[in-house]
Amino acid sequence: MRDFLLLLADNTQILGHRLGEWCGHGPELEIDMAMTNLALDLIGQSRNYYQYAAELEGAGRTEDDLAYLRDAREFRNCLLVEQPNGDFARTVARNFLFDSWHFFFLEALCQSSDERLAAIAVKSLKEVTYHLRWSSEWVIRLGDGTEESHRRIQDAFDHLWTYRGELLTPAPFETEATSAGYGVDLLSIKPRVEEKLTDILSRATLRRPEDAWMQSGGKTGRHSEHLGYLLAEMQYVQRAYPNSVW
Amino acid sequence: MMANHSEFPLWEVFIRSHGGLNHKHVGSLHAADAQMALEHARDVYTRRMEGVSIWVVPSTAITASDPADTDPFFEPAKDKIYRHPTFYDIPEGLKHM
Repeated sequence: MRDFLLLLADNTQILGHRLGEWCGHGPELEIDMAMTNLALDLIGQSRNYYQYAAELEGAGRTEDDLAYLRDAREFRNCLLVEQPNGDFARTVARNFLFDSWHFFFLEALCQSSDERLAAIAVKSLKEVTYHLRWSSEWVIRLGDGTEESHRRIQDAFDHLWTYRGELLTPAPFETEATSAGYGVDLLSIKPRVEEKLTDILSRATLRRPEDAWMQSGGKTGRHSEHLGYLLAEMQYVQRAYPNSVW
Repeated sequence: MMANHSEFPLWEVFIRSHGGLNHKHVGSLHAADAQMALEHARDVYTRRMEGVSIWVVPSTAITASDPADTDPFFEPAKDKIYRHPTFYDIPEGLKHM
C-alpha cells in the first residue's frame, strides 16, 4: 500500500512543482494564476497521500520527510509529470495527458475498499474535474488557433506521447492494489481515457500520434534525467537547513 | 478561432457572492473567448470563495456615460429630494427600512 500511496503522492507533488515553476512567468496574468491554482490543488492532494503513507509507516516520519528527504530512485511518479515545462503548449499537452488519465483514475478510486483513500479521491475529483476542463479547453484553442499555436501543440503531443503509456500500465504494486480491492484496475478505465483523448484531439484538429514504443520506469524508480534537477531545487531548503520551519 | 492579436480581448467580470444577491462588477481580464473568460474569472476572482455565479461581458459591449456629461446627467436630480421616500412616518417597530 505504501508504494501505491507514494505513486499518487509523487505524481501530484511533482506535477504541482512543475506548474509552480510557471509562477510569475505565465504568458498572461490570468494563465499564470490558473497554473498556480492547479499547482496548489495538486500539492494539496499530494499532502493527503503523504500524510497517510507516513502514518502507515509508523516510523515517526512526516509528510515533509517523504517529500523533501527521499532521493530520485525512491520516487514513484510517472515519467510524464517530471518532464520540463517547455513552452506553454508543452505544458498544456503534458497536463492534458495527465488530467485525462487522472480524472478517470480518481473516479474509479472513489470506489476503493480503503475508506480513507476513497475519501481523498472524492475530494480530489472535484478539483481534477476542473483541471481536465482547463487543459482540454486549451488543447482545443491552441490546436484550432493560429498556425503557430497549432504547430506547437502538435509538436508537444508528438514529443510527450511516448510517456503516456506508463499511466495505463500497472506496476507490480498496482496489480497488488487492484486485487486487494483498494487500487484501480487500469484496464477498466483505459477505454474512457482513450475516448477522451480522441475526442479532444479531433476537436482541436490535431493528429493523434502513433502508439509506438512507450517509455516506462518511473513507477519503479528509474527516472529521466530531469527528476534529479527538479528535486535539487524542490528539496534544497530542507537539505541545506535540516528541520527548518517557518 | 483565436484572432492573431498581440493581446486577447478584454472582458468585464461580474460576480454574485451569495444566492439571491445581485451580480456585482469586480474587475476585468483578458481572454481568447467567452468560455475562457469564464474560466479565467474563476481562477482570478473566486480563489477565496468570493462567489457562486459569474457573468463575463465583452468590454466593448459596454456603453458608458461620458464624464463630461456629469452635470447634465446627474445634477438635475440633486435638488429633487422629494424623490427620496423620506417624508413618510414609519410605524415604530418596522424593521429593515
